Amino acid sequence: MTTGGFSLGQPTPSVKATTIIAIAFEGGVVIGSDSRVSAGASVVNRVMNKLSPLHDKIYCALSGSAADAQTMAEIVNYQLDVHSIEVGEDPLVRSAATLVKNISYKYKEELSAHLIVAGWDRRAGGQVYVTLDGLLARQPFAIGGSGSSYIYGFVDAEYRQGMTKKDCQEFVVNALALAMNRDGSSGGVAYFVTIDKDGTDEKCILGNKLPTFFDE
Amino acid sequence: MHTDLSETVIVFVSFFRNALLERDVAKVGCSLPGARKTGTTICGVVYKDGVVLGADTRATEGMVVADKNCSKIHYISPNVYCCGAGTAADTEMTTQLISSNLELHSLSTNRLPRVATACRMLKQMLFRYQGYIGAALVLGGVDCNGPHLYSIYPHGSTDKLPYVTMGSGSLAAMAVFEDRYKPDMEEEDAKRLVRDAIAAGIFNDLGSGSNIDLCVITKGKVDYLRPHDEANKKGVRTGDYKYKSGTTGVLSKLVIPLQLELMEESVQTMDTS
Repeated sequence: MTTGGFSLGQPTPSVKATTIIAIAFEGGVVIGSDSRVSAGASVVNRVMNKLSPLHDKIYCALSGSAADAQTMAEIVNYQLDVHSIEVGEDPLVRSAATLVKNISYKYKEELSAHLIVAGWDRRAGGQVYVTLDGLLARQPFAIGGSGSSYIYGFVDAEYRQGMTKKDCQEFVVNALALAMNRDGSSGGVAYFVTIDKDGTDEKCILGNKLPTFFDE
Repeated sequence: MHTDLSETVIVFVSFFRNALLERDVAKVGCSLPGARKTGTTICGVVYKDGVVLGADTRATEGMVVADKNCSKIHYISPNVYCCGAGTAADTEMTTQLISSNLELHSLSTNRLPRVATACRMLKQMLFRYQGYIGAALVLGGVDCNGPHLYSIYPHGSTDKLPYVTMGSGSLAAMAVFEDRYKPDMEEEDAKRLVRDAIAAGIFNDLGSGSNIDLCVITKGKVDYLRPHDEANKKGVRTGDYKYKSGTTGVLSKLVIPLQLELMEESVQTMDTS
């Protein structure tokens, strides 16, 4: 965060303490995140939107070191803009994910960030890609960040093939609420973005309006 | 159009000379002075017509106050100012470098610079140096899109928020903000809020102190209030340790002149050409 006063190495902001999730349905994707950025024990930003647009219909979810993740997202945003002008049409989600993967892999020793890429394109519909450590893999859904450890059981049990857009939105919000409740380092508000052929819909659910479960 | 940032570089060539000096000085048993850090409270708030930036004025070198009245609010462009915490030299030089580049950019585009441009330039440079430039900044200003406020960390991450605090006193200042911030405040309320937040940092953090500087930026006008509030005015001494001559009675006096012999006298002229 800061080098002020008498302490030497100040902790740097990271979104490692995070919960991010993305799920694909027939005509699009839903991608969601919590909003906490911590630096050591202190919360530096309690309302950060970790869903960063790479293009009109392609978003990525940030986790890991805040500086590395933000910079990667900005670089890929720029590269995708150039690429889409060169090909003359909207870029594919796979192209965006490949650009992210290339940076992740080439600088894997230096960078410490994981981006989940999700979006919709005309050729393959809704897609979710993971780019952890420089691999590129397409999945029906993906979770990431420290808070994801707490919801692996939930997502594995609750996911079904062929969910509708509304089911997916509920799935994402429930998963985020559960993770934010149990993970001390996730919290704040829940952001989620629904992308389909008709457009991009960004929503934010305040902390006290999240669904509640046992013990609340 | 693309500004080639690889040409705006801080060179580290003095590193080897400094390492040698360090070694030589250590042999004599001393140590070179360390980099001065501004243990600091800086903050900013967006209000109805613009932004208010605030900072304390203490610069510390270890546990000693090196400068009781240093200026931590730096000029970036006529409509953008930046508060700096962290290593004093790094914040000073970084803001000057980006201010210079931004002026050239503004001449090239023929427009008033945008806050987001300054933010991008700063974060890209800080990321390139991977956190070794210890500059934590609060950047604020008003441009064609309205008032904006960013916090920029030494590793290059940024947050765009309605109110931000940085520095060792940031937690104290943030406590004040979280309690009393409201969106769309009036100018006097915003100034009072920032003044109170910095005061919280000054009185509750050892690394911050002295006075409170404010900078109010609105569309077309900047009020640089230095000092806005002398929270720590030096007191007036009520007593004096000097005694009038004659206070102590003199019983007797003995004067012995020293016998000195002039051995040699030489004059060396100074070259003042």
